[in-house]
Amino acid sequence: MSGFGSFTHAVVRALPQSLAKEALRTGSLEVDLLKAQEEHDKYVSVLKHRLGLEVVELPADEALPDCVFVEDAAVVCGDTALITRPGAESRRKETEAMKAALTELGLSIVEMTDESATLDGGDVLFTGREFFVGLSMRTNQRGAEILADAFKDYAVSTVPVQDRLHLKSFCSMAGPGLIAIGASEAAQKALKIMQQMSDHNYDKLTLPDDLAANCVYMNLPSKGDSALRLLLQVFEKLKDHMLIPVSNQEKVKVDGALTCCSVLRI
Amino acid sequence: MTTEVGSESDVKKVPEVQQQTAPASAEPSQEESPSDPEAAASLEPSSPPADGGPKKEKGISRFLPPWLKRQKSQSQDKPGESSAPPKQESVEAVQEEQEEKHGAGAATASTEQTEEEKSIGSADTQPVREEKSEEKEVETKEEEQVIPHEASGLSALKLNKKMKMVVCHVTLLDGSQFSCEVEKRAKGQYLFFQVCEHLNLLEKDYFGLSFKDNAEQRCWLDPTKEIKRQIRNSQWQFAFSVKFYPLDPSQLTEDITRYLLCLQLRQDIASGRLPCSFVTHALLGSYTLQAELGDHDPEEHRLDYISDFQFAPNQTKELEEKVVELHKSHRGMTPAQSDAQFLENAKKLSMYGVDLHHAKDSEGVDIMLGVCANGLLIYKDRLRINRFAWPKILKISYKRSNFYIKIRPGETEQFESTVGFKLPNHRAAKRVWKVCVEHHTFFRLVSPEQPTKTKFLTLGSKFRYSGRTQAQTRQASSLIDRPAPYFQRTSSKRISRSLDGAPVVNVSDYSQAAGAGENGPALELNSDSKSKLRVQGENIYVRHSNLMLEDLDKTQEDVLKHQASISELKRSFMEATPDPMPSQWDKRLTGSPATTLRLQAQGSAEVKPEVNGQPEVVEVVEETVVIEEVVKAKPKSPAPEVPATVETECAAEVKEERSLSSDSDSEEEAEYHAQPPTTTTHNNKKKQEPEEEQEAVLIQQAPPSGIESQPITEAAEPAPSAEEEKPAELPEEEVHADEPLATPDEAPNGHALQAKAPPTLRAAPTEEEEPHIVNGSASRVEAEHLPQVICCSEPPVVKTEMVTISDTFAAQKTEISTKEVPIVHTETKTITYEAAQLDGNGDGEPGVLMTAQTITSESLCTTTTTHITKTLKGGLSETRIEKRIVITGDSDIDHDQALAQAIKEAKEQHPDMSVTRVVVHKETELAEDED
Repeated sequence: MSGFGSFTHAVVRALPQSLAKEALRTGSLEVDLLKAQEEHDKYVSVLKHRLGLEVVELPADEALPDCVFVEDAAVVCGDTALITRPGAESRRKETEAMKAALTELGLSIVEMTDESATLDGGDVLFTGREFFVGLSMRTNQRGAEILADAFKDYAVSTVPVQDRLHLKSFCSMAGPGLIAIGASEAAQKALKIMQQMSDHNYDKLTLPDDLAANCVYMNLPSKGDSALRLLLQVFEKLKDHMLIPVSNQEKVKVDGALTCCSVLRI
Repeated sequence: MTTEVGSESDVKKVPEVQQQTAPASAEPSQEESPSDPEAAASLEPSSPPADGGPKKEKGISRFLPPWLKRQKSQSQDKPGESSAPPKQESVEAVQEEQEEKHGAGAATASTEQTEEEKSIGSADTQPVREEKSEEKEVETKEEEQVIPHEASGLSALKLNKKMKMVVCHVTLLDGSQFSCEVEKRAKGQYLFFQVCEHLNLLEKDYFGLSFKDNAEQRCWLDPTKEIKRQIRNSQWQFAFSVKFYPLDPSQLTEDITRYLLCLQLRQDIASGRLPCSFVTHALLGSYTLQAELGDHDPEEHRLDYISDFQFAPNQTKELEEKVVELHKSHRGMTPAQSDAQFLENAKKLSMYGVDLHHAKDSEGVDIMLGVCANGLLIYKDRLRINRFAWPKILKISYKRSNFYIKIRPGETEQFESTVGFKLPNHRAAKRVWKVCVEHHTFFRLVSPEQPTKTKFLTLGSKFRYSGRTQAQTRQASSLIDRPAPYFQRTSSKRISRSLDGAPVVNVSDYSQAAGAGENGPALELNSDSKSKLRVQGENIYVRHSNLMLEDLDKTQEDVLKHQASISELKRSFMEATPDPMPSQWDKRLTGSPATTLRLQAQGSAEVKPEVNGQPEVVEVVEETVVIEEVVKAKPKSPAPEVPATVETECAAEVKEERSLSSDSDSEEEAEYHAQPPTTTTHNNKKKQEPEEEQEAVLIQQAPPSGIESQPITEAAEPAPSAEEEKPAELPEEEVHADEPLATPDEAPNGHALQAKAPPTLRAAPTEEEEPHIVNGSASRVEAEHLPQVICCSEPPVVKTEMVTISDTFAAQKTEISTKEVPIVHTETKTITYEAAQLDGNGDGEPGVLMTAQTITSESLCTTTTTHITKTLKGGLSETRIEKRIVITGDSDIDHDQALAQAIKEAKEQHPDMSVTRVVVHKETELAEDED
């Protein structure tokens, strides 16, 4: 637990042009590609320069409009990486590049081959002590089971996610033992379930906006805790600029990419 | 009374007679099983002096012609003879004498039995059996005679010559075998202590012996019961293993204990029971190597040096390489340090200490129930789909093959909900239930309960955890004062270097040291200590007494919820919890397991987790207060159990009193007794689908005074009660003060009281009881309050038990009151009689019984007995109505509902009176797993 948030690497992926038109979204808003690009660049820059992470940047694939959201393609914990089977059919191929990148980083790879299983990394919350897996439109029980098999040391509890795309659409870890959670009913409900299911005692940080509850916590030796705030600010900003749900998702995905693709410093 | 006795004995006798011939004729083995327990029971209790008796008797009996013998015993046990009963009553004084005889008889009997196995029916058999019957009648007394558990061991030894010895094989954690000869009727703890002694283990409360039943299921050997009855036809083959995985192994006092825990975990890991990731396998494996082999030696340690070790279920070359790599990094670490590191990592694993049981939810979906230190976990495949922390659970029960937990309502919920699970069979359900009770007691309860009862308690009831709680064992082990014992590690056989340079305190004999330390808080390392703490398990199921009544008042919805599907419950559960105030959760969290853990972490700290941890104080009280499972009569272990029951009840009462005083809101108490089978037939024992009986005793009291304790005392009228209560209370307080562990509202108190209470009880009401004081070493002035408590429950009642197979159950349940209290026989064969003692007067001011009236009414499946007594006490008259409602029927009947109805009616009938006590006995036919 003490090492929670100590990342050394981050894997990100560039924005494809197709994002604006073809990316999956729950709303019907248009994406300002330029702005999105700008945000993304800033995001990567923060990771790279301000946080000093070694950032692996994967090229965009126009055939995969959602590929920027790398978080959904893999779950990394310790030195094991679980390559997921995204719930959206159109995104299944996103995992290929991710798998290659993670293999490159020396992680031991576990693949989700079961055809009946689906799992989006956005539904996986690792608290440092255990996993919570949101059962959503994108993630099913079988996917969660496979995750549990991949990370046997940890308890894996399932949490029904309603009215939101992913579990992490409204929560994330904002520090060791600290869960950032949105104020919405759905979020609060999920939090209750998580608390009920856990043997551990988490603090919570309630944020009025569900999206604001999605952040990335890092505990970097050189940056101290400030890293967290820094990123939070960045995200807040990003959020402000986001015009559409997809963009929000993007943010989620992006930071997901951080969590997902960061390797714990041992 | 007299008449009652007579009838009672008659019933029993008859069967016995039948039995007599039976063994001789043909099926000795079968016959024996029923009688065994009793013989054993009588044996155990019999004090050393009795030993001489048995020998003698046996010798003589063998040579005496049957008829002669019969004559001898005639007066006492002849079936049809009315003389027998009277004798019993009047002969308190003679009791001892009788007991001796009985003891002798028992010995003889048992011996005979064994002999019978070989040769069918010697002439002696018959007479002997008769003698046995005597024993039974007096068994209660014998038990009360307080014979420390150790005594049992001793007596066993003494009787060795006569007793048949059996060799037990115990597989130790390092894989070696330990063989030990035990007397055939020895209890589980005898063997357990032998093993611990062999291992030189002091912190033994985390461990236990298990065996495989006929269905190849692992069962824990109940230390308080006879081994033979538990294993049945299985082999005398056991495994020594960890039963309660300490949450924080670093708090164990001795390295040897940690070492044994490591061995267990290595097994768990290698077998796959404790899943780990590759990395964890490697890390744990490397610590194992360091502990076993010491520093990595490039010369000596080639890759194949680890081939003897199994680090994982599927060990790969890759894993071995990783293990070796890590092993190199542990250079300089001592074995003890390595073990400690091993444990630090292992304890974090999510399945550490989780005892899994296959089950189905109400929709038939396969799930796993995981019982652990913090509560009950529900898994579907590998996923945790729900979790019920102990504080959330109000009650645990099982019925047939169903296992139920009653959940505390959330802030916004009004009613408790019950979640049911379907186990593969009755035995499995019971097993889970037991494990839950034990874990709850061990990990959640801090305080000891009734130390005293120990001896009595035991036998039959699996319903109680008989050992110490974690808190207690920690305290006990903190007193361990011996040089770190030397022990050899499995593979290396190297002498361990202990980390704790144990301050060698001149104590050469560790056992002595241990013993010395224990003097204080009732915590003992010795075997007897075990028994002392028994009753703890009850808290769990119990909960607030109001429960039953509330159910009535409100809706019976939740009562009916039994069958609700898990998912449904889960949903409602979650929804119910919505606390408007976010802080609630936090609160709860604090109160929950985490807190408990923290507290426990304090080691010997007596803090009661519940109190502190629980958000609502009231709830805490509730939890502690109600003791549901009071086992009155155990079908299987007749003699011992009865006494046990009595004790338990007393304890319960005591607690209740406390709770009431603290909460002072309700006067009603409900005891939920999950009782074993009431069934009368031998065959029933084997039935999987038992008949169930519920008994509810409602005691209504005239307007209670405002006094806190009053409610508890059933007998007392307002004014008098107050007076009586006061004296009673005082002593209690004192007790508390004395009790190191005791906390006001907590179980501890009850515990403390208990310890002393029993003695008091005995002394006050009946003289016969006195001998029991054994426990009560500390018997004090509390006598006064004790009586009250006791009275309600089971006053000095002489319980008679039947030896007969066919009637075993009935016999066991029947109790003959020596008091003036009229005994009511219901139509039901099995009657658990609760003698309502008029003598709240134990304090020396016995009331005068003015009138006593008993009315019995019956309907299809219920028998209601109303018992009204008016007592004059110090000028005040007090009326007490005791209703006994026996609901009989098969499982189809909704007992809860029926009971609720009954209580409701009672309230309506006597609106001017208050219900002071509700005792529910639920007697369910137990499957064979009774043992």
